[in-house]
Amino acid sequence: MINNSSSSYTNVMLRILLYIILFLFAFYYLLPLFVMITTSLKSLEEIKTGSLVSLPRELTFDAWSVAWSKACTGIKCEGLKPYFWNSIFIAIPAVMISTFIGALNGYVIAQWRFKWSNIIFALLLFGCFIPFQVILLPMARVLGILNLAGSIPGLILVHVVYGIGFTTLFFRNFYVSIPVELIKAAKIDGANFFRIFWSIFLPLSLPIIVVTVIWQFTQIWNDFLFGVSFSEAGTQPITVALNNIVNSTTGVKEYNVDMASAIIAALPTLLVYIIAGKYFIRGLTAGSVKG
Amino acid sequence: MNSVLNIRNVNKKFGKVNVLNDININLNKGEFLVLVGPSGCGKSTLLNCIAGLEKIDSGDIHIDEKNMINIEPKDRDIAMVFQSYALYPTMTVEKNITFGMKVRGLDKETQKNKLQEVVKQLQIENLLNRKPSQLSGGQRQRVAMGRALVRDPKLFLFDEPLSNLDAKLRVEMRTEIKKLHYDLNASMVYVTHDQIEAMTLATKIVVMKDGVIQQIGSPFQIYNTPANIFVADFMGSPSMNLIKATTTKNKGQYLIEINKNKKKPAILKYNCKENLPKEIIIGIRPENIIEKNSSKDKNFQAIKSDVKVIEPAGSDTFIVTDLGGSEVTARFHSESEVTLGSEIDFHFNLSKASIFDPKTGNRLN
Amino acid sequence: MFKWLEKNIPKIVIAPSFFAILVFVYGFIAWTAWISFTKSRLMPKYDIVGFIQYDRLFDSPRWEVALNNLFIFGFLFILIAMILGLIIAIFLDQRIRIEGFLRTIYLYPMALSLIVTGTAWKWILNPGLGIENVFKNWGFENFTFDWLVNPDYAIYTVVIAGVWQASGFVMALFLAGLRSVDQEIIKAAKVDGVPTTKIYTAIIIPSMAPIFLSAFIVLAHLAIKSFDLVIALTGGGPGYATDLPATYMYTMAFSRGDLGQAASSAIIMMIVIFSVVVPYLYSELRNKNDQ
Ligand SMILES: Nc1ncnc2c1ncn2[C@@H]1O[C@H](COP(=O)(O)OP(=O)(O)OP(=O)(O)O)[C@@H](O)[C@H]1O
Ligand SMILES: [Mg+2]
Repeated sequence: MINNSSSSYTNVMLRILLYIILFLFAFYYLLPLFVMITTSLKSLEEIKTGSLVSLPRELTFDAWSVAWSKACTGIKCEGLKPYFWNSIFIAIPAVMISTFIGALNGYVIAQWRFKWSNIIFALLLFGCFIPFQVILLPMARVLGILNLAGSIPGLILVHVVYGIGFTTLFFRNFYVSIPVELIKAAKIDGANFFRIFWSIFLPLSLPIIVVTVIWQFTQIWNDFLFGVSFSEAGTQPITVALNNIVNSTTGVKEYNVDMASAIIAALPTLLVYIIAGKYFIRGLTAGSVKG
Repeated sequence: MNSVLNIRNVNKKFGKVNVLNDININLNKGEFLVLVGPSGCGKSTLLNCIAGLEKIDSGDIHIDEKNMINIEPKDRDIAMVFQSYALYPTMTVEKNITFGMKVRGLDKETQKNKLQEVVKQLQIENLLNRKPSQLSGGQRQRVAMGRALVRDPKLFLFDEPLSNLDAKLRVEMRTEIKKLHYDLNASMVYVTHDQIEAMTLATKIVVMKDGVIQQIGSPFQIYNTPANIFVADFMGSPSMNLIKATTTKNKGQYLIEINKNKKKPAILKYNCKENLPKEIIIGIRPENIIEKNSSKDKNFQAIKSDVKVIEPAGSDTFIVTDLGGSEVTARFHSESEVTLGSEIDFHFNLSKASIFDPKTGNRLN
Repeated sequence: MFKWLEKNIPKIVIAPSFFAILVFVYGFIAWTAWISFTKSRLMPKYDIVGFIQYDRLFDSPRWEVALNNLFIFGFLFILIAMILGLIIAIFLDQRIRIEGFLRTIYLYPMALSLIVTGTAWKWILNPGLGIENVFKNWGFENFTFDWLVNPDYAIYTVVIAGVWQASGFVMALFLAGLRSVDQEIIKAAKVDGVPTTKIYTAIIIPSMAPIFLSAFIVLAHLAIKSFDLVIALTGGGPGYATDLPATYMYTMAFSRGDLGQAASSAIIMMIVIFSVVVPYLYSELRNKNDQ
């Protein structure tokens, strides 16, 4: 933001230097992605003889097809495909449910305050900050009691329960900036709680819905701890499967398959980031600063 | 006379703070009641209580002679216009105005007719498909009024509806609201902290301070016979001069002595039936202190004093001097030739003055 | 009845979340805390016996390593990510033409799962074929870079990957902070002839204290919860050289079947996190209420 109006020789040099430094940083951040992509497109032969940072001499998509449908995660060798779908089946309902609950909660806490609403909010907020290790053991037992152990509905439940803290926070922070007069006017117009939510607040909320959905989707898709703790062989999410592929000790180490798997696992959130980066960043800052 | 709004002994607390303190107000059909008072005195709270948006702790509110206890805002037959307009941001102007009717399940035909009627009245026909964000302040204001008007309620409530407009627009809308009131013969409660708005619109003014009603009366009464120093000071611009003075009784007449800076005190004669204490505060409006006694009116008495400030204000010129230890403003003709620092005559019309007790602040005459 | 319902709808709406949080967060914390005071091993026991689990924990060399690692990792991770983030933010703040593009590049790692990050860096830092090999190919025959498998240095690889993932995010925070500084003050300083560097050191950076605090909290939180990254990058190895409290807890809970140790280590983690977060949250909430 600070501009130098004088454009002397040293200033030009400084600016060139500045751009060089910034590009070096960009290079640093892009290097792992570059390495992942190029490695995934090389044959194992080439990986062993060539250099990490060189472009593939011969493009081959073998590693990708292996990663998708043949790679071994432990005993089974069906690739990432089933786990990719597991993650989808976990993430989509969990995102939808937790976003919806968060919207209603935020609406109540911001606009229908009652005696205990702030305390409830504080309790919810605190829930965002606990290290999940502290609930792993009882959660495993409760899932067992509910007959949900190792199941996808069980994982959905876990993600919803520990997601509503954040979703509520997002919607609450969005709704507090809406003047209370709006509700008063609607009450006088004769609308009730749900009518006001449905006709007035929900149509307003598109930006925060996008932020929340993106945040929740990223969190749930990228989750590993819950996945590894509460799933079993057939229900693992993709992060767990990826880790199993990479760390399986049987057979030859296929680095190209590892990298292809990693990219496949990263692709959905990466796409979301590229398409809706603005909302992603907003969620990130809101979720971590204001919390 | 049928009462549209009757407020009896209403109290309201927020936590430990008494926001409304034993409020009693009656409003008859067709009256325009203006609630004035400084910021934070409880005007909006009172309005919200009338609307049922806030609960009262004790007392009764009757609208159209029905007790409103436990009656929801939507069933009170009121309409309200807010300072921030509170237009529904995602709805068009048309939807904003018809939302209330839609929620109440009125048929489409009625909705349309009502809409047309109101929209014509407010001259916003060409705005129907816009969103609030695409409107100017004045247009938003009209839409907010429209939303209230379609309801055709027993009672209109306005919470500082003009305070977000610029000065010129404010004057325009003020006139329009007044016209509306006249055309509809509607009953209105109007909150403002702008005392000019209060004076021009009201048929009845309620002056509040710290949750306590200071005075209820017509604009004329409030302006000319303020009940206490607070009302005197708050209403009118420039505000009433408040001059410290001492009295002595002399043959059925009071002699009022006003201290002058380093000079001999000025003495004025004053007739009054009431017993005055030794120390008083004279409240006198600038227009009752003038340059010369043109009409040879006996009520005028002169005091010599130095000119401290000259403030030309177009049609008049305000002259400031020091009397009784405080600044006193007089209203002179704009042609009067006065030089700064000179000693001139100020003619006081004491028959128009208010006398206050400095201890209680209450009116004595 | 209907009236009562209508009046209490806000409370009814928020009640399920409230009870869910009460049970799944606070109830579970209580359960874990309880277990940490018992002799539970494979199965939970409910007789309180005092601090023996904590005694065992702090006698365990593995826990000592984990805590030590947390300290090293946390300190370096927070420090480097902050410095890097601040530098990039300041550089980006110089009216860079392609700022949006660069920002997108710097921040994308935040969209990735830590498992993906770990997998990528594991490959890059691979002693045989990774970066070491690149340097060897470039002619540095004696170059060795075996931190990943060296028990003394493996924890630093976690720092490298962690910084790579999070520093872009810190940059975004700082950039937002830089932009929110009152431009009038900066203009005034410029009119007074204060040099650019001085404007940054004397005016802008000091006024960003709250952002530093936020960034610190977020990073500390990330560091203490770090689990996925270690699992994917080193698996806690070599041996248990890169164990962190989070991996220690997981191992105790799910591989060793030692509930008591798992519970007590989780409780310690929570205490550490809360000792950082609670003062921050408290002051945040208080400030908000003051407004
Ligand atoms: N929900 C609330 N909780 C606690 N105190 C409140 C609440 N609403 C208002 N108050 C307090 O009650 C007092 C009266 O507020 P109110 O809004 O009625 O003032 P007002 O006369 O409308 O002022 P203004 O002219 O600024 O609108 C103020 O001191 C205010 O701080
Ligand atoms: Mg108000």
